[in-house]
Amino acid sequence: MSDAHGHGDKPFLAHHFEDEDHQFDSGKLGIWAFLVTEILFFSGLFCAYVIYRAMHPEVFTFASNALDTQMGAINTGVLIFSSLTAAWAVRNAQLGQKTGLIVNLSITILCAFGFMGIKYLEYSHKFDKGLFPGDKYEAKEGAYGDESKGNANTVAFTSPDEEESAEEAEPGVAFSNGDSAEAALAEEDGEELAPWNDPNVPEATKRKLKIFFGIYFCMTGLHGIHVLIGILVLGWLLTRAIRGHFTPTYYGPIDFAALYWHLVDLIWIYLFPLLYLIN
Amino acid sequence: MTQVDIPVESPVRPVQHLDKNFINHSKGFLSWALTLDHKRIGLMYLAGISLSFFLGGLFALAIRLELFSPGMQFMDAETYNQVFTLHGAVMVFLFIIPGIPAALGNVVLPLMLGAKDVAFPRLNLCSYYLWLSGAAFFIWTLFSNGLDTGWTFYTPYSTSYTDTSVIQATAGVFMLGFSSIFTGLNFLVTIHKMRPPGMTWHKLPLFLWGMYGTAIMQLLATPVLGITLLLLIMETTLGIGIFDPQKGGDPVLYQHFFWFYSHPAVYIMILPAMAVVSEIIAAFSRKHIFGYRMIAYSSVSIALLSFLVWGHHMFVSSESTLATLIFSAITFTIAIPSAIKVFNWLATLYKGSVALDTPMLYALGFMWLFTIGGLTGLFLAVLSTDVVLHDTYFVVAHFHYVMVGGTLFAFLGGLHYWWPKMTGKMYSETSGRIAAVTAFIGFNLAFFPQFIMGSRGMPRRYADYTADFELYHRLSTTGTLILGVGLALLAYTLLRSLFGGKKAPANPWGSATIEWECPSPPPHHNFDHPPLATDPYDMERVEWDEEVQGYVPAVGHRPTAH
Ligand code: HEM
Ligand SMILES: [Cu+2]
Repeated sequence: MSDAHGHGDKPFLAHHFEDEDHQFDSGKLGIWAFLVTEILFFSGLFCAYVIYRAMHPEVFTFASNALDTQMGAINTGVLIFSSLTAAWAVRNAQLGQKTGLIVNLSITILCAFGFMGIKYLEYSHKFDKGLFPGDKYEAKEGAYGDESKGNANTVAFTSPDEEESAEEAEPGVAFSNGDSAEAALAEEDGEELAPWNDPNVPEATKRKLKIFFGIYFCMTGLHGIHVLIGILVLGWLLTRAIRGHFTPTYYGPIDFAALYWHLVDLIWIYLFPLLYLIN
Repeated sequence: MTQVDIPVESPVRPVQHLDKNFINHSKGFLSWALTLDHKRIGLMYLAGISLSFFLGGLFALAIRLELFSPGMQFMDAETYNQVFTLHGAVMVFLFIIPGIPAALGNVVLPLMLGAKDVAFPRLNLCSYYLWLSGAAFFIWTLFSNGLDTGWTFYTPYSTSYTDTSVIQATAGVFMLGFSSIFTGLNFLVTIHKMRPPGMTWHKLPLFLWGMYGTAIMQLLATPVLGITLLLLIMETTLGIGIFDPQKGGDPVLYQHFFWFYSHPAVYIMILPAMAVVSEIIAAFSRKHIFGYRMIAYSSVSIALLSFLVWGHHMFVSSESTLATLIFSAITFTIAIPSAIKVFNWLATLYKGSVALDTPMLYALGFMWLFTIGGLTGLFLAVLSTDVVLHDTYFVVAHFHYVMVGGTLFAFLGGLHYWWPKMTGKMYSETSGRIAAVTAFIGFNLAFFPQFIMGSRGMPRRYADYTADFELYHRLSTTGTLILGVGLALLAYTLLRSLFGGKKAPANPWGSATIEWECPSPPPHHNFDHPPLATDPYDMERVEWDEEVQGYVPAVGHRPTAH
């Protein structure tokens, strides 16, 4: 290819920039602009969250019981720690510490994998209990039990007509099992019936419960995709770091990837209380 | 005050053509497919966008022929729904939104800055491939079940009732959205960081101010469309229940999300058009643009205001009275910056030595048509009249006046204006002018009757109508055919010039912006050294040179401050 990029002794300085600072500043503005679009990209989901939560606060407080606060908290810790190592990696790159850079990038990537592993466990627990996004949603008995208290009876039972009702996608039907589950739960804890659980409440309102999981899976799923992208980007930078590409005058990519990573972290820091810590 | 280094005596004529330019400096499919050169990417966009326009045009022709007489002619109602949907979706997402920024902007923007390329050439190529993937998804839509939701994809019809290929189409629009975001991001950074020495913000050509405003909207509005369509896809595939009332969702929320993007999107379409027109009007009035700062600032204020008016698309979708009042009022205010531009262009024409070359004909056409389109927008922003006019042909006429009469005409004007720079060839001025006038007449005949029939109650998106409306529809179809003839002549003129056209000089029109300082077509790296920027509208800086049949820097001219 004839597009000769690079200036002799500075292999990573693109031909259309005057010097390395010029290139760095442009990249920095670019990544900030990109992060702004990312925030707006997520804002649609946050907006949907706010609206449905304002309309059905009781649904959110109840449904959030089904989420595993402990795992969420661990994941929050993992991400915050990885943000630290990402920032540290930038420092290493600025100071030309190759080994430190490699170690810190690796730790960041490991944390990202750890996060995804825990997320995988969480998702599979939800699916086991029939807490799917959308039409497949069919909460099984104990789905909303508080696991962190070590409830033994959260083992789910399989409803015989699960497949059928999922196929029908008939609103309302899918909910019938969950209905009794919540009733049982409420009695067990000796609480009053939650208002949405009142038999007089129309089916339409009860159906909103699954909207919580729609929103939950969309938000965490989209965030998870961002973590995966982060893994790819950081992995690529790791290979470049090993090849010794980064120097105190050329470390833009590390800086930009770290900024991206901080944003991914930050979004999770909002997601965690909004979804898990409603009570 | 900055001064240019133009040698006072012994004027050396600047190079007009080069043997090696960006078009022929390397050969082969891959040298284009993998190019990072903004000019080549721009040309590839131009080809793709023109094909999309042609496709959308075929659908338009089918609609108008079907509506030539009452009763059904050669389609059934379902097909009609598909045809108008595909027409709208192709025109909006594949043609008009990327049109000026991605095709013309890509070629011109770095040249105007005297830069070697945009800030992120790889990202630029990535945008192009995203556009191409989006286009591929549209083709897929076309050859699977088509699409009949209207270009707006309103829920719950789109998520739960139609059996057409909504998922393919929305996935395509999602990619096109990111293509647009990346173009905007690239331009924003390029304008911030790659201006040549001497080009302060107030010496920025107005085209770049327009592109800057556009970039802001692309960056801030398009991601919201992205997430909306993602949710729509999730709702269609999994049934998560955000937009469909049957599943517990809220269809009005969809409309809010959609128009939160799509109203700024109409300004993503029109701001670049205004940007092009500002350049053309100044160049062909051979006079300093009037009210430079007003035009520049109005671009940015349009960009910001455009985020506050989306509710005017939902006056009759159960919006609260208070909300409708507020949205209506803000909608009026957005007409102000638009009008500021029109007045400043008018003032530029006043006492200018106006040359009616083809680009100028399009620019003047733009001024008329955009003004009509904008003023009828006010009818729609008035609550009491909108209740009657909403979803009638009046709305159809309004947005065609702004989108076709506005954006398309500006695009065509810009295409003619920069054609010599992009291709190095001059087209036939005579047939260019005939095409422009034909298109203008055809356009008005096609769409003006639609205002009248709309205000008399002809609803939009109907495949059939009562005999009362026959005259208007016949006029409209006739106008469409005339418009088609004009556009065909235009295509012929431009393509013809590629083979038989005269070689273009570096500066055929006498413009004072930097892109005209490099030879036509420009070399691969545009400029060896960033040129010194001065006032981009100081037309005295160049003078006609008989020998090169173009304009060259005026001897001994020292620019004056404005
Ligand atoms: C002077 C500025 C403008 C005003 C006051 C204005 C006002 C409006 C209003 C109130 C509507 C809603 C009508 C209804 O659905 O009942 C509307 C529709 C529309 N406008 Fe504008 N507008 C302006 C400029 C533009 C521009 C510059 C464009 C595009 C380049 C545009 C494109 C559209 C489109 C596409 C629709 C119809 C959307 C649909 O329902 O499919 N408008 N306009
Ligand atoms: Cu609007």
